[in-house]
Amino acid sequence: MDGLALHNFSSPGLQPFSLELQPGQCITLSGPSGCGKTRLLRAIADLDPNAGTIALADLPRNRIAPTDWRRQVGYLPAESHWWGEKVSDHFADQDSAELEILLSALGFSSEVMNWEIARLSSGERQRLALARLLIGNPKVLLLDEPTANLDQENIGRVEALLTQYRTEHHTALLWVSHDRAQRQRVAQAALRFHKDTLESEPWS
Amino acid sequence: MELIQLTPWDLSIASLMVLGLALLSWHLQLGIEKRLLWATARTIVQLTLLGLVLKTLFSQDHPLLIGLLTLFMLGVAGYEVMARQERRFTGSWGMGIGTLSMFISSFSITLIAVHIVISVDPWYTPQYLIPLLGMLLGNTMSGMAIALDNLTQNAYLQRGAIEARLILGHNWDQAIRDIRRNALRSGLIPIINAMAAAGVVSLPGMMTGQILAGSPPMEAAKYQIMIMLLIAVGTGLGAIFAVWIGSYRLFDERQRLRLDRLRNPT
Repeated sequence: MDGLALHNFSSPGLQPFSLELQPGQCITLSGPSGCGKTRLLRAIADLDPNAGTIALADLPRNRIAPTDWRRQVGYLPAESHWWGEKVSDHFADQDSAELEILLSALGFSSEVMNWEIARLSSGERQRLALARLLIGNPKVLLLDEPTANLDQENIGRVEALLTQYRTEHHTALLWVSHDRAQRQRVAQAALRFHKDTLESEPWS
Repeated sequence: MELIQLTPWDLSIASLMVLGLALLSWHLQLGIEKRLLWATARTIVQLTLLGLVLKTLFSQDHPLLIGLLTLFMLGVAGYEVMARQERRFTGSWGMGIGTLSMFISSFSITLIAVHIVISVDPWYTPQYLIPLLGMLLGNTMSGMAIALDNLTQNAYLQRGAIEARLILGHNWDQAIRDIRRNALRSGLIPIINAMAAAGVVSLPGMMTGQILAGSPPMEAAKYQIMIMLLIAVGTGLGAIFAVWIGSYRLFDERQRLRLDRLRNPT
């Protein structure tokens, strides 16, 4: 299979489980705070030690260099972090047409590159973190509440961009969302945490 | 000029003055009198012991004994580097990183100094080897302790930024580069400042000692120049090794940031 396959996969504090995520498919994850959603995404991105097998397009993760793995399996944490002073310090190629399209879809002009990180609002940071991730063309996206700090207009922008991105690039999405209506808007299937296991969430 | 010998009476005058300071501290409620007296007692005991050990050693000239003493000094210095870390590495790495880096830098530089620079014969003549090694270890130790502490503290505080780079596919080396550079700078700045101020603001201890012991000031100055340059090289090399090993140890084979390899401050 071409997508992301987890088999007997376990991260700290979570029962092992198996999951298949097809290219172009979006699955949402929900559950009470502290149930392990973030830990699961971190484990898939290989940021924390984890057990079980995981493969992308049938290639096991342990045969892919960690840097390549994280480039292909893009993780968007709930809170974004920045190491430079300006927005431009975080983008390798600031003049590409691709970036300009991304930025305008997120409601920014290309002038945003000169802005200082310290003066960004939390919503601006969240949208720019998404641009920073998408410009690397990941094949899988692990999204930890990507619209949590956004107003209604920008929630619409981000949802539209991610849906368009998914269909155009056949990207597989694992999307953590607290908003039931949002889950129904963006996903084809939904999973929720029940105690420390994952089960499917009925739509109706 | 002959060396004027100090009598126990002379030392007790200095000790009485420290006692006076302790009384003053007690009167002003500074709360440091206990630590002051403890540190004073340690200074007296440790230096007296060192004097006795060196006196025996100088009369023996036995390479094995000298080797043992140098290893003991290295061990104590390694322990000191570890003890000064707020977030030290767990397991044997805690003491290992500092000890190994000092072994590589201080030992090799002391060997070069006694062998090639001063050309003492035999090279392990304790009168030269032990004080030189001691000065190098002492100074390298401080620089390395500062650099390592800075590295682990900032890796902890900036873990989000480090992981942000890992997430985007940067390798561990790129992800920790800025933090590592700052750690090295912080470790090297004290010795650079000391060299810049040497002789103008401060009269270095070793030179003072030689002059008091009756050496011609120019000879004392030359020795002091040599030792300061060696300390700068030793601190630089030691800090580079320690910070490099330390930053390497902060990541595992899958290039994950492993802060669980650091102990939480107690």
